[in-house]
Amino acid sequence: MSSLGETSHAEVAMPDVARKGRPAAPQGKGVDWLGLALPCGVCALFLLVWDLAVRFSGSDLFPKPVEVARGIVELIEHGLLVKYVVASLFRVSWGFALATVVGVPVGLVLGWYGRAAQAFNPLIQIFRPISPIAWIPVAILWFGVSDAAPVFLIFLASVFPITVSSMAAVRNMQPVYVRAAQNFGLSEWELFRQVIFRACLPQIITGLRIALGVAWLVVVAAEMIAVNSGLGYLIIDARNAGKRYDLVVAGMLMIGLIGLGLDFLVRKLENFDEVRWGYANRS
Amino acid sequence: MNAVEVRNLWMSFAGKNAPVHVLEDVNAEVARGEFVCIVGPSGCGKSTLLNIIGGFLHGTGGEVLVEGVPVTGPDPRRIFVFQENGVFPWLNVRENIGFGLRGKAPAEKERTVRHYTEMVGLTGFETAYPAELSGGMRQRVEIARALAANPDIIYMDEPFGALDFITRLKMRADLVRIWERERKTILFVTHDIEEAVQLADRVLIMSRRPATIQEVIDIDLPRPRDLDSQGYLEKRDRIFAAMGMSLGVG
Repeated sequence: MSSLGETSHAEVAMPDVARKGRPAAPQGKGVDWLGLALPCGVCALFLLVWDLAVRFSGSDLFPKPVEVARGIVELIEHGLLVKYVVASLFRVSWGFALATVVGVPVGLVLGWYGRAAQAFNPLIQIFRPISPIAWIPVAILWFGVSDAAPVFLIFLASVFPITVSSMAAVRNMQPVYVRAAQNFGLSEWELFRQVIFRACLPQIITGLRIALGVAWLVVVAAEMIAVNSGLGYLIIDARNAGKRYDLVVAGMLMIGLIGLGLDFLVRKLENFDEVRWGYANRS
Repeated sequence: MNAVEVRNLWMSFAGKNAPVHVLEDVNAEVARGEFVCIVGPSGCGKSTLLNIIGGFLHGTGGEVLVEGVPVTGPDPRRIFVFQENGVFPWLNVRENIGFGLRGKAPAEKERTVRHYTEMVGLTGFETAYPAELSGGMRQRVEIARALAANPDIIYMDEPFGALDFITRLKMRADLVRIWERERKTILFVTHDIEEAVQLADRVLIMSRRPATIQEVIDIDLPRPRDLDSQGYLEKRDRIFAAMGMSLGVG
Protein backbone atom coordinates (compact mmCIF):
# COMPACT_ATOMS: atom_id res chain seq x y z
CA MET A 1 0.00 0.00 0.00
CA SER A 2 2.36 2.68 -1.18
CA SER A 3 1.06 6.22 -1.17
CA LEU A 4 -2.35 5.42 0.17
CA GLY A 5 -4.00 8.63 1.24
CA GLU A 6 -0.85 10.67 1.26
CA THR A 7 -1.38 14.24 2.31
CA SER A 8 0.28 17.02 0.41
CA HIS A 9 1.55 20.07 2.22
CA ALA A 10 -0.71 22.28 0.18
CA GLU A 11 -3.63 20.75 2.02
CA VAL A 12 -2.41 21.97 5.39
CA ALA A 13 -4.17 25.14 6.37
CA MET A 14 -1.85 27.78 7.69
CA PRO A 15 -3.32 29.43 10.75
CA ASP A 16 -0.72 32.20 10.75
CA VAL A 17 -1.80 33.33 7.34
CA ALA A 18 -5.46 33.07 8.25
CA ARG A 19 -4.96 35.34 11.24
CA LYS A 20 -3.23 38.08 9.34
CA GLY A 21 -5.05 41.35 9.12
CA ARG A 22 -6.33 41.17 12.66
CA PRO A 23 -5.59 44.60 14.11
CA ALA A 24 -3.57 45.15 17.27
CA ALA A 25 -2.27 41.59 17.30
CA PRO A 26 1.45 41.00 17.30
CA GLN A 27 2.55 39.58 13.97
CA GLY A 28 5.00 36.77 14.25
CA LYS A 29 7.75 36.87 16.87
CA GLY A 30 9.11 39.68 18.97
CA VAL A 31 7.48 42.27 21.18
CA ASP A 32 4.77 44.49 19.76
CA TRP A 33 6.21 47.77 21.11
CA LEU A 34 3.58 50.00 19.57
CA GLY A 35 0.85 47.81 21.02
CA LEU A 36 2.35 48.44 24.46
CA ALA A 37 3.17 52.10 23.95
CA LEU A 38 -0.31 53.16 22.82
CA PRO A 39 -2.28 52.16 25.93
CA CYS A 40 0.55 53.38 28.20
CA GLY A 41 0.49 56.71 26.43
CA VAL A 42 -3.26 57.07 26.82
CA CYS A 43 -3.00 56.24 30.55
CA ALA A 44 -0.22 58.79 31.01
CA LEU A 45 -2.28 61.40 29.22
CA PHE A 46 -5.25 60.60 31.44
CA LEU A 47 -3.14 61.08 34.60
CA LEU A 48 -1.84 64.37 33.25
CA VAL A 49 -5.35 65.69 32.49
CA TRP A 50 -6.52 64.54 35.90
CA ASP A 51 -3.63 66.29 37.63
CA LEU A 52 -4.12 69.53 35.72
CA ALA A 53 -7.89 69.46 36.25
CA VAL A 54 -7.45 69.20 40.04
CA ARG A 55 -4.83 72.00 40.06
CA PHE A 56 -6.94 74.39 38.01
CA SER A 57 -10.16 73.74 39.90
CA GLY A 58 -8.36 74.44 43.17
CA SER A 59 -10.21 71.61 44.89
CA ASP A 60 -8.68 70.74 48.24
CA LEU A 61 -10.78 67.55 48.69
CA PHE A 62 -10.32 65.71 45.41
CA PRO A 63 -6.83 64.17 45.28
CA LYS A 64 -4.18 64.50 42.60
CA PRO A 65 -2.72 61.28 41.17
CA VAL A 66 0.39 61.64 43.34
CA GLU A 67 -1.72 61.83 46.47
CA VAL A 68 -3.60 58.71 45.46
CA ALA A 69 -0.28 56.92 44.95
CA ARG A 70 0.76 58.04 48.44
CA GLY A 71 -2.56 56.76 49.73
CA ILE A 72 -1.92 53.35 48.22
CA VAL A 73 1.53 53.25 49.82
CA GLU A 74 -0.04 54.16 53.15
CA LEU A 75 -2.55 51.33 52.80
CA ILE A 76 0.23 48.88 52.01
CA GLU A 77 2.25 50.03 55.01
CA HIS A 78 -0.69 49.44 57.32
CA GLY A 79 -1.24 45.99 55.76
CA LEU A 80 -4.77 47.04 54.83
CA LEU A 81 -4.51 46.83 51.06
CA VAL A 82 -3.73 43.12 50.92
CA LYS A 83 -6.25 42.41 53.65
CA TYR A 84 -9.06 44.24 51.85
CA VAL A 85 -8.23 42.87 48.43
CA VAL A 86 -8.16 39.33 49.81
CA ALA A 87 -11.48 39.91 51.59
CA SER A 88 -13.14 41.12 48.41
CA LEU A 89 -11.66 38.36 46.26
CA PHE A 90 -12.70 35.76 48.81
CA ARG A 91 -16.34 36.83 48.57
CA VAL A 92 -16.27 37.01 44.80
CA SER A 93 -14.65 33.58 44.52
CA TRP A 94 -17.30 31.91 46.62
CA GLY A 95 -20.28 33.65 45.07
CA PHE A 96 -18.97 33.19 41.56
CA ALA A 97 -17.99 29.55 42.08
CA LEU A 98 -21.44 28.75 43.45
CA ALA A 99 -23.05 30.55 40.51
CA THR A 100 -20.91 28.57 38.05
CA VAL A 101 -21.67 25.24 39.68
CA VAL A 102 -25.40 26.01 39.59
CA GLY A 103 -25.68 28.11 36.42
CA VAL A 104 -23.77 26.01 33.89
CA PRO A 105 -25.59 22.68 34.43
CA VAL A 106 -28.98 24.39 34.77
CA GLY A 107 -28.35 26.40 31.60
CA LEU A 108 -27.26 23.34 29.63
CA VAL A 109 -30.29 21.32 30.75
CA LEU A 110 -32.70 24.16 30.00
CA GLY A 111 -31.08 24.69 26.61
CA TRP A 112 -31.35 21.02 25.71
CA TYR A 113 -34.85 20.22 26.99
CA GLY A 114 -37.30 22.64 25.37
CA ARG A 115 -40.06 21.83 27.84
CA ALA A 116 -37.86 22.60 30.83
CA ALA A 117 -37.00 25.96 29.29
CA GLN A 118 -40.68 26.67 28.67
CA ALA A 119 -41.41 25.93 32.31
CA PHE A 120 -38.59 27.86 33.96
CA ASN A 121 -37.72 30.65 31.55
CA PRO A 122 -40.49 33.10 32.62
CA LEU A 123 -39.40 32.85 36.24
CA ILE A 124 -35.75 33.38 35.28
CA GLN A 125 -36.66 36.39 33.17
CA ILE A 126 -38.58 37.93 36.09
CA PHE A 127 -35.71 37.48 38.54
CA ARG A 128 -33.01 38.51 36.10
CA PRO A 129 -33.71 42.26 35.85
CA ILE A 130 -33.86 42.72 39.64
CA SER A 131 -30.62 44.47 40.54
CA PRO A 132 -28.56 42.64 43.16
CA ILE A 133 -28.51 45.97 45.02
CA ALA A 134 -32.26 45.60 45.50
CA TRP A 135 -31.60 42.31 47.26
CA ILE A 136 -29.34 43.91 49.90
CA PRO A 137 -32.08 44.37 52.53
CA VAL A 138 -33.21 40.79 51.96
CA ALA A 139 -29.64 39.51 52.18
CA ILE A 140 -29.13 41.29 55.50
CA LEU A 141 -32.42 39.89 56.78
CA TRP A 142 -31.47 36.34 55.85
CA PHE A 143 -27.76 36.29 56.51
CA GLY A 144 -27.12 39.19 58.87
CA VAL A 145 -23.92 41.22 58.66
CA SER A 146 -21.65 38.36 57.68
CA ASP A 147 -19.67 37.17 54.69
CA ALA A 148 -22.65 35.10 53.61
CA ALA A 149 -24.65 38.21 52.63
CA PRO A 150 -22.23 39.53 49.98
CA VAL A 151 -21.56 35.98 48.78
CA PHE A 152 -25.28 35.54 48.29
CA LEU A 153 -25.52 38.83 46.40
CA ILE A 154 -22.62 37.89 44.12
CA PHE A 155 -24.19 34.52 43.51
CA LEU A 156 -27.46 36.20 42.49
CA ALA A 157 -25.69 38.70 40.25
CA SER A 158 -23.67 36.14 38.34
CA VAL A 159 -25.94 33.09 38.25
CA PHE A 160 -28.35 34.62 35.73
CA PRO A 161 -25.85 35.66 33.07
CA ILE A 162 -24.15 32.26 33.42
CA THR A 163 -27.41 30.35 33.11
CA VAL A 164 -28.70 32.38 30.20
CA SER A 165 -25.45 32.22 28.23
CA SER A 166 -25.13 28.44 28.78
CA MET A 167 -28.70 28.05 27.60
CA ALA A 168 -28.05 30.14 24.50
CA ALA A 169 -24.87 28.15 23.83
CA VAL A 170 -26.85 24.91 23.58
CA ARG A 171 -29.40 26.56 21.30
CA ASN A 172 -26.68 27.85 18.98
CA MET A 173 -24.74 24.60 18.91
CA GLN A 174 -24.10 23.00 15.52
CA PRO A 175 -26.62 20.15 15.35
CA VAL A 176 -24.13 18.01 13.41
CA TYR A 177 -22.08 17.35 16.57
CA VAL A 178 -25.08 15.94 18.39
CA ARG A 179 -26.07 13.81 15.41
CA ALA A 180 -22.54 12.45 15.07
CA ALA A 181 -22.49 11.65 18.77
CA GLN A 182 -25.90 9.96 18.66
CA ASN A 183 -24.63 7.91 15.75
CA PHE A 184 -21.89 6.50 17.98
CA GLY A 185 -24.51 5.41 20.51
CA LEU A 186 -23.71 7.74 23.40
CA SER A 187 -25.92 7.64 26.46
CA GLU A 188 -27.71 10.81 27.55
CA TRP A 189 -25.08 11.48 30.24
CA GLU A 190 -22.17 10.87 27.85
CA LEU A 191 -23.84 13.13 25.31
CA PHE A 192 -24.02 15.95 27.86
CA ARG A 193 -20.53 15.52 29.23
CA GLN A 194 -18.60 14.65 26.07
CA VAL A 195 -20.45 16.61 23.41
CA ILE A 196 -22.96 19.24 24.53
CA PHE A 197 -20.74 20.63 27.31
CA ARG A 198 -17.62 20.56 25.14
CA ALA A 199 -19.39 22.11 22.14
CA CYS A 200 -20.78 24.90 24.34
CA LEU A 201 -17.62 25.55 26.37
CA PRO A 202 -16.34 28.50 24.30
CA GLN A 203 -19.64 30.33 24.73
CA ILE A 204 -19.88 29.29 28.38
CA ILE A 205 -16.48 30.88 29.03
CA THR A 206 -17.63 34.09 27.37
CA GLY A 207 -20.65 34.02 29.69
CA LEU A 208 -18.39 33.45 32.70
CA ARG A 209 -16.31 36.45 31.70
CA ILE A 210 -19.35 38.71 31.63
CA ALA A 211 -20.62 37.25 34.88
CA LEU A 212 -17.29 37.75 36.66
CA GLY A 213 -17.35 41.42 35.64
CA VAL A 214 -20.83 41.76 37.15
CA ALA A 215 -19.76 39.88 40.28
CA TRP A 216 -16.87 42.24 40.84
CA LEU A 217 -19.20 45.24 40.45
CA VAL A 218 -21.53 43.80 43.03
CA VAL A 219 -19.00 42.81 45.71
CA VAL A 220 -17.95 46.43 46.04
CA ALA A 221 -21.54 47.62 46.31
CA ALA A 222 -22.34 44.90 48.83
CA GLU A 223 -19.33 45.75 51.00
CA MET A 224 -20.44 49.35 51.24
CA ILE A 225 -23.37 48.28 53.34
CA ALA A 226 -23.05 44.93 54.95
CA VAL A 227 -19.50 44.26 56.16
CA ASN A 228 -16.39 45.82 57.67
CA SER A 229 -13.64 44.75 55.30
CA GLY A 230 -13.00 44.75 51.59
CA LEU A 231 -12.48 47.44 48.99
CA GLY A 232 -16.09 48.63 49.08
CA TYR A 233 -15.81 49.06 52.85
CA LEU A 234 -12.51 50.93 52.38
CA ILE A 235 -14.19 53.51 50.16
CA ILE A 236 -17.12 54.19 52.49
CA ASP A 237 -14.91 54.11 55.59
CA ALA A 238 -12.33 56.50 54.10
CA ARG A 239 -15.02 59.00 53.30
CA ASN A 240 -16.80 58.73 56.63
CA ALA A 241 -13.64 58.80 58.73
CA GLY A 242 -12.25 62.22 57.82
CA LYS A 243 -13.03 62.69 54.14
CA ARG A 244 -9.89 60.84 53.02
CA TYR A 245 -10.64 61.15 49.31
CA ASP A 246 -7.12 60.03 48.44
CA LEU A 247 -8.03 56.64 49.94
CA VAL A 248 -11.44 56.69 48.27
CA VAL A 249 -9.83 57.07 44.86
CA ALA A 250 -7.11 54.58 45.79
CA GLY A 251 -9.86 52.04 46.52
CA MET A 252 -11.53 52.83 43.20
CA LEU A 253 -8.26 52.41 41.38
CA MET A 254 -7.63 49.03 43.01
CA ILE A 255 -11.12 47.88 42.04
CA GLY A 256 -10.44 48.81 38.44
CA LEU A 257 -7.02 47.16 38.34
CA ILE A 258 -8.24 43.92 39.91
CA GLY A 259 -11.23 43.85 37.55
CA LEU A 260 -8.78 44.14 34.67
CA GLY A 261 -6.70 41.31 36.14
CA LEU A 262 -9.73 39.04 36.57
CA ASP A 263 -10.83 39.62 32.99
CA PHE A 264 -7.29 38.89 31.81
CA LEU A 265 -7.33 35.57 33.68
CA VAL A 266 -10.63 34.46 32.14
CA ARG A 267 -9.37 35.52 28.73
CA LYS A 268 -6.43 33.18 29.25
CA LEU A 269 -8.93 30.32 29.35
CA GLU A 270 -9.92 31.14 25.78
CA ASN A 271 -6.46 30.17 24.55
CA PHE A 272 -6.76 26.48 25.38
CA ASP A 273 -6.92 24.21 22.33
CA GLU A 274 -10.16 22.68 23.56
CA VAL A 275 -12.03 25.96 23.19
CA ARG A 276 -9.98 28.14 20.86
CA TRP A 277 -11.88 26.84 17.82
CA GLY A 278 -14.98 28.57 19.17
CA TYR A 279 -13.43 32.03 18.81
CA ALA A 280 -11.79 31.57 15.42
CA ASN A 281 -14.31 33.70 13.55
CA ARG A 282 -13.62 36.73 15.71
CA SER A 283 -10.63 37.95 13.76
CA MET B 1 -30.23 -10.57 2.56
CA ASN B 2 -29.68 -7.00 1.46
CA ALA B 3 -27.73 -4.62 3.66
CA VAL B 4 -30.28 -1.87 3.08
CA GLU B 5 -33.78 -2.10 1.74
CA VAL B 6 -36.05 0.88 1.19
CA ARG B 7 -39.69 -0.06 0.74
CA ASN B 8 -42.38 2.34 -0.52
CA LEU B 9 -40.85 5.25 1.36
CA TRP B 10 -42.80 8.51 1.44
CA MET B 11 -41.72 11.72 3.10
CA SER B 12 -43.34 15.11 3.43
CA PHE B 13 -42.50 18.12 5.57
CA ALA B 14 -44.99 20.61 6.94
CA GLY B 15 -44.65 23.64 4.66
CA LYS B 16 -45.84 27.22 5.20
CA ASN B 17 -49.15 26.68 3.46
CA ALA B 18 -49.30 23.14 2.13
CA PRO B 19 -47.14 20.15 3.06
CA VAL B 20 -44.02 19.73 0.92
CA HIS B 21 -43.77 16.29 -0.61
CA VAL B 22 -40.14 15.30 -0.82
CA LEU B 23 -40.10 11.56 -1.41
CA GLU B 24 -42.79 9.66 -3.25
CA ASP B 25 -42.72 5.89 -3.12
CA VAL B 26 -38.95 5.36 -3.10
CA ASN B 27 -37.77 1.77 -3.44
CA ALA B 28 -34.12 0.76 -3.36
CA GLU B 29 -31.82 -2.05 -2.38
CA VAL B 30 -28.17 -2.09 -1.46
CA ALA B 31 -26.30 -5.41 -1.29
CA ARG B 32 -23.68 -6.17 1.34
CA GLY B 33 -20.29 -4.80 0.41
CA GLU B 34 -21.72 -2.77 -2.42
CA PHE B 35 -20.78 0.83 -3.20
CA VAL B 36 -23.95 2.64 -4.24
CA CYS B 37 -24.22 6.31 -5.22
CA ILE B 38 -27.42 8.30 -5.18
CA VAL B 39 -27.44 11.21 -7.61
CA GLY B 40 -30.12 13.70 -8.45
CA PRO B 41 -30.80 17.38 -9.05
CA SER B 42 -30.06 19.63 -6.08
CA GLY B 43 -32.89 19.89 -3.61
CA CYS B 44 -34.47 16.65 -4.83
CA GLY B 45 -34.37 14.98 -1.44
CA LYS B 46 -31.21 12.85 -1.71
CA SER B 47 -29.99 13.99 1.69
CA THR B 48 -33.44 13.51 3.17
CA LEU B 49 -33.47 9.95 1.89
CA LEU B 50 -30.04 9.22 3.35
CA ASN B 51 -31.01 10.80 6.66
CA ILE B 52 -34.07 8.57 6.85
CA ILE B 53 -31.97 5.50 6.05
CA GLY B 54 -29.46 6.65 8.70
CA GLY B 55 -32.23 6.92 11.29
CA PHE B 56 -31.98 10.69 11.83
CA LEU B 57 -35.34 11.39 10.21
CA HIS B 58 -38.49 9.32 10.01
CA GLY B 59 -40.42 8.82 6.82
CA THR B 60 -44.13 9.58 6.69
CA GLY B 61 -44.83 6.25 5.01
CA GLY B 62 -43.13 3.01 4.09
CA GLU B 63 -40.09 1.58 5.83
CA VAL B 64 -36.33 1.16 5.75
CA LEU B 65 -34.80 -2.19 6.66
CA VAL B 66 -31.15 -2.69 7.51
CA GLU B 67 -30.15 -6.35 7.65
CA GLY B 68 -33.88 -7.09 7.60
CA VAL B 69 -34.62 -5.02 10.72
CA PRO B 70 -36.65 -1.77 10.53
CA VAL B 71 -34.59 1.34 11.29
CA THR B 72 -35.79 3.28 14.32
CA GLY B 73 -32.81 5.55 14.96
CA PRO B 74 -29.08 6.01 14.43
CA ASP B 75 -26.94 2.98 15.24
CA PRO B 76 -23.17 2.63 15.79
CA ARG B 77 -23.13 -0.28 13.33
CA ARG B 78 -23.73 2.19 10.51
CA ILE B 79 -21.87 5.47 10.64
CA PHE B 80 -22.86 8.66 8.89
CA VAL B 81 -20.28 10.99 7.33
CA PHE B 82 -21.81 14.44 7.25
CA GLN B 83 -21.83 17.04 4.52
CA GLU B 84 -21.03 19.81 7.02
CA ASN B 85 -18.23 17.80 8.69
CA GLY B 86 -19.07 16.28 12.03
CA VAL B 87 -15.51 16.11 13.38
CA PHE B 88 -15.45 17.44 16.95
CA PRO B 89 -13.39 20.66 17.02
CA TRP B 90 -12.55 20.25 20.74
CA LEU B 91 -10.77 16.94 20.17
CA ASN B 92 -7.52 16.47 18.31
CA VAL B 93 -7.13 14.10 15.36
CA ARG B 94 -6.25 11.08 17.50
CA GLU B 95 -9.13 11.66 19.92
CA ASN B 96 -11.59 12.17 17.08
CA ILE B 97 -10.61 8.99 15.29
CA GLY B 98 -10.83 7.06 18.55
CA PHE B 99 -14.23 8.51 19.47
CA GLY B 100 -16.18 5.44 18.39
CA LEU B 101 -13.87 3.15 20.39
CA ARG B 102 -15.08 3.98 23.88
CA GLY B 103 -14.95 0.92 26.07
CA LYS B 104 -12.21 -0.77 24.06
CA ALA B 105 -8.96 -1.78 25.74
CA PRO B 106 -6.41 1.06 25.52
CA ALA B 107 -3.86 -1.02 23.57
CA GLU B 108 -6.42 -2.14 21.01
CA LYS B 109 -7.80 1.37 20.76
CA GLU B 110 -4.35 2.79 20.14
CA ARG B 111 -3.61 0.18 17.49
CA THR B 112 -6.89 0.83 15.67
CA VAL B 113 -6.46 4.59 15.77
CA ARG B 114 -2.90 4.33 14.45
CA HIS B 115 -4.03 1.99 11.67
CA TYR B 116 -6.77 4.26 10.38
CA THR B 117 -4.76 7.43 10.88
CA GLU B 118 -2.21 5.91 8.53
CA MET B 119 -4.86 4.67 6.11
CA VAL B 120 -6.26 8.17 5.55
CA GLY B 121 -2.77 9.67 5.39
CA LEU B 122 -2.82 11.73 8.58
CA THR B 123 0.21 10.20 10.30
CA GLY B 124 2.12 13.08 11.87
CA PHE B 125 -1.05 15.11 12.47
CA GLU B 126 -2.32 13.08 15.45
CA THR B 127 -2.18 15.94 17.92
CA ALA B 128 -3.46 18.63 15.54
CA TYR B 129 -6.89 20.12 16.16
CA PRO B 130 -9.45 20.29 13.34
CA ALA B 131 -9.18 24.08 13.16
CA GLU B 132 -5.53 23.65 12.15
CA LEU B 133 -6.41 21.30 9.28
CA SER B 134 -7.65 21.93 5.76
CA GLY B 135 -11.15 20.94 4.69
CA GLY B 136 -9.86 17.82 2.94
CA MET B 137 -7.94 16.70 5.99
CA ARG B 138 -10.97 17.23 8.21
CA GLN B 139 -13.00 14.96 5.93
CA ARG B 140 -10.20 12.38 6.17
CA VAL B 141 -10.50 12.54 9.96
CA GLU B 142 -14.23 11.95 9.74
CA ILE B 143 -13.80 9.02 7.36
CA ALA B 144 -11.15 7.51 9.64
CA ARG B 145 -13.42 7.99 12.65
CA ALA B 146 -16.19 6.15 10.80
CA LEU B 147 -13.89 3.29 9.73
CA ALA B 148 -12.32 2.93 13.18
CA ALA B 149 -15.73 2.22 14.70
CA ASN B 150 -15.86 -0.81 12.39
CA PRO B 151 -19.42 -0.32 11.13
CA ASP B 152 -21.13 -2.61 8.62
CA ILE B 153 -22.32 0.32 6.55
CA ILE B 154 -21.05 3.86 5.97
CA TYR B 155 -23.46 6.54 4.82
CA MET B 156 -21.82 9.51 3.14
CA ASP B 157 -23.77 12.69 2.45
CA GLU B 158 -21.87 14.72 -0.16
CA PRO B 159 -18.71 14.38 1.93
CA PHE B 160 -16.48 16.06 -0.65
CA GLY B 161 -18.97 18.75 -1.67
CA ALA B 162 -17.12 21.60 0.06
CA LEU B 163 -13.65 20.67 -1.24
CA ASP B 164 -11.77 22.12 -4.17
CA PHE B 165 -11.57 20.17 -7.41
CA ILE B 166 -8.10 18.69 -7.04
CA THR B 167 -8.62 17.68 -3.44
CA ARG B 168 -11.94 16.12 -4.41
CA LEU B 169 -10.29 13.97 -7.10
CA LYS B 170 -7.68 12.80 -4.65
CA MET B 171 -10.23 12.04 -1.94
CA ARG B 172 -12.25 9.94 -4.39
CA ALA B 173 -9.25 7.90 -5.43
CA ASP B 174 -8.34 7.35 -1.79
CA LEU B 175 -11.89 6.40 -0.88
CA VAL B 176 -11.97 3.76 -3.61
CA ARG B 177 -8.68 2.28 -2.41
CA ILE B 178 -9.86 2.25 1.20
CA TRP B 179 -13.17 0.68 0.20
CA GLU B 180 -11.38 -2.05 -1.76
CA ARG B 181 -9.44 -2.90 1.38
CA GLU B 182 -12.29 -2.67 3.88
CA ARG B 183 -15.23 -3.79 1.72
CA LYS B 184 -17.77 -1.91 3.79
CA THR B 185 -21.18 -1.27 2.32
CA ILE B 186 -21.17 2.38 1.28
CA LEU B 187 -24.18 4.48 0.39
CA PHE B 188 -22.95 7.76 -1.01
CA VAL B 189 -25.06 10.79 -1.91
CA THR B 190 -23.73 13.29 -4.43
CA HIS B 191 -24.95 15.78 -7.01
CA ASP B 192 -21.76 15.18 -9.01
CA ILE B 193 -22.29 12.67 -11.84
CA GLU B 194 -18.57 12.22 -12.50
CA GLU B 195 -18.06 11.40 -8.84
CA ALA B 196 -20.81 8.78 -8.95
CA VAL B 197 -19.42 7.06 -12.06
CA GLN B 198 -15.93 7.09 -10.60
CA LEU B 199 -16.95 5.54 -7.28
CA ALA B 200 -20.03 3.37 -7.52
CA ASP B 201 -20.97 -0.19 -8.39
CA ARG B 202 -24.45 1.10 -9.00
CA VAL B 203 -25.90 4.58 -9.39
CA LEU B 204 -29.45 5.36 -8.31
CA ILE B 205 -30.80 8.38 -10.17
CA MET B 206 -33.45 10.37 -8.38
CA SER B 207 -36.03 12.49 -10.13
CA ARG B 208 -37.03 16.01 -9.25
CA ARG B 209 -39.21 16.63 -6.21
CA PRO B 210 -41.35 14.81 -5.20
CA ALA B 211 -38.55 12.38 -5.87
CA THR B 212 -38.51 8.73 -6.65
CA ILE B 213 -35.80 6.44 -8.03
CA GLN B 214 -35.98 7.17 -11.73
CA GLU B 215 -33.34 4.82 -13.02
CA VAL B 216 -30.65 2.48 -11.75
CA ILE B 217 -27.42 2.22 -13.71
CA ASP B 218 -24.82 -0.50 -13.13
CA ILE B 219 -21.24 0.69 -13.44
CA ASP B 220 -19.43 -2.55 -14.25
CA LEU B 221 -16.07 -0.93 -14.95
CA PRO B 222 -12.83 -2.20 -13.41
CA ARG B 223 -11.12 -0.07 -10.77
CA PRO B 224 -9.16 2.13 -10.70
CA ARG B 225 -11.23 3.71 -13.39
CA ASP B 226 -9.81 5.42 -16.41
CA LEU B 227 -11.70 8.67 -16.73
CA ASP B 228 -10.99 8.83 -20.50
CA SER B 229 -12.08 5.29 -21.36
CA GLN B 230 -14.99 4.70 -23.68
CA GLY B 231 -16.88 2.72 -21.05
CA TYR B 232 -16.58 5.50 -18.47
CA LEU B 233 -17.78 8.18 -20.86
CA GLU B 234 -20.72 6.08 -21.97
CA LYS B 235 -21.92 5.54 -18.40
CA ARG B 236 -21.46 9.19 -17.60
CA ASP B 237 -23.42 10.30 -20.65
CA ARG B 238 -26.23 7.88 -19.85
CA ILE B 239 -26.65 9.41 -16.42
CA PHE B 240 -26.43 12.90 -17.90
CA ALA B 241 -29.16 11.98 -20.35
CA ALA B 242 -31.33 10.46 -17.64
CA MET B 243 -30.97 13.53 -15.43
CA GLY B 244 -31.22 15.94 -18.33
CA MET B 245 -34.57 14.54 -19.26
CA SER B 246 -35.80 14.84 -15.73
CA LEU B 247 -34.66 18.48 -15.70
CA GLY B 248 -36.16 19.16 -19.12
CA VAL B 249 -32.92 20.45 -20.63
CA GLY B 250 -31.90 17.31 -22.58
